[in-house]
Amino acid sequence: MTGLIPIRVSVNGRPRELAVAAHHTLLDALRDDLGLTGTKECCLVGECGACTVILNGRSVDSCLVLAAEADGGTVLTVEGLAAQGRLSALQQAFLDTGAAQCGFCIPGQLLAAHALLGLTPHPDRAQVEEGLAGNLCRCAGYEQIIEAVLRAAGAPAATAARVEDGAGQRSRPDPAATPDATVAPQ
Amino acid sequence: MRPFAYERPASLAEAFAVLDAHGTAAVALAGGTDLIIRLRDGTVRPDVVVDLKAIAERDDGLHERDGRLVIGGWAVMTDIAADPLVRREFTALGEAAQVVGSAQIRNRATLAGNICNASPAADTAPALLVYGAEVVAMGSGGTRRIPIDDFFIGPGRTALAPGELVTAIELPLPEGRRGAVHLRRTRRRGHDLASVTLACAVMDDGHARLAYGSVGPRPLLVTDDTGVLADATASAEARARLLDRLLAGASPSARSMRASPAYRLAMLRVLAVRAADIAARRVAGGAAA
Repeated sequence: MTGLIPIRVSVNGRPRELAVAAHHTLLDALRDDLGLTGTKECCLVGECGACTVILNGRSVDSCLVLAAEADGGTVLTVEGLAAQGRLSALQQAFLDTGAAQCGFCIPGQLLAAHALLGLTPHPDRAQVEEGLAGNLCRCAGYEQIIEAVLRAAGAPAATAARVEDGAGQRSRPDPAATPDATVAPQ
Repeated sequence: MRPFAYERPASLAEAFAVLDAHGTAAVALAGGTDLIIRLRDGTVRPDVVVDLKAIAERDDGLHERDGRLVIGGWAVMTDIAADPLVRREFTALGEAAQVVGSAQIRNRATLAGNICNASPAADTAPALLVYGAEVVAMGSGGTRRIPIDDFFIGPGRTALAPGELVTAIELPLPEGRRGAVHLRRTRRRGHDLASVTLACAVMDDGHARLAYGSVGPRPLLVTDDTGVLADATASAEARARLLDRLLAGASPSARSMRASPAYRLAMLRVLAVRAADIAARRVAGGAAA
């Protein structure tokens, strides 16, 4: 009664078919079944945001979604932000401002920021703080992270980023054309 | 996480059949933001998890119908906080939905799940109480409507019968002008559970409804017909006497880590007055209610 469940899910623009255990999360499937280890496992209670991905156009904590729940869905992870070896405007801004210290929280911060800019292309500082309130940085590099998001929001490429169902993804080269490892941001 | 079976019924009838067949060994999965934590830490140990999100009758929207706001049982906090009718007529509910967890949590967490978990600290509960919400509960035996004040029984306990699901939450539109607000006290700014969570609604005739949570086993609703609570010019003594009565039901647990009972009771009083004043200003200003 606890056999594997077949699921079909689009991950970073690439259709994937998996067989997942009922009690495994989307985070487990991404990291262990697909080898997409950019998405981090940390608190496992939805407080730290390190496992943030975009599921069907909305940011979620992938530790709080069963893999089976993602069946039929569209997932964007940090590995899907860059295209053809070029960082997204958001990633570049994180790099330029030195937003990554130890770097562990950065994939989640990037996806939360990506979702925020999809909804609010030109956020003020308070909106960035609220949008990233579910992402903890234990290096306490919040100033640089907020600055990076504000900087990316001022760049035309960042405001073009859209999150709903990968609509923004389809307009770009297929990330699946490039092996995941070569487009990973760090 | 301990293994379990996963069912994804395609209709309410199928869902009720699965829930009835497994009884207390089955648990319903909506947004999962509380349930998956409990599955992982072992406080909930079901044989079967019943995912409700593929049900054909699934309603994740908000609708105005027959003088009521109907919030679909699958509606998530993000959509409730952003809904124009909520923002105009049910401000306190929108404010409460907006402080539940983080953006990631609000994108998954449903209002129905929030009330079914029946956490004493649930932020949406006080707003639903002051707005006189009704819970639409469906099961294999039919549909019934439960006033929200009868729905909450204790921590994690509701009036829902085994096998019943909350398919909608309905709020009557106000007949007069109303001002309302949700306030809460947390240990830190941002993403935290409330040490006190509270909503107050004031009608233009001065009648006030106040509801408060995280200060006892379930959120409580009290009313003031004297107009004193909403009257910022009333004497401090009159208001203090009224608050003694309105807040008498608060019984915060000494076992909670978040705040001591004395602190919670002190903050409850502060927030009650602050909320009444804000609600009264909102009704006077004709601003959103």
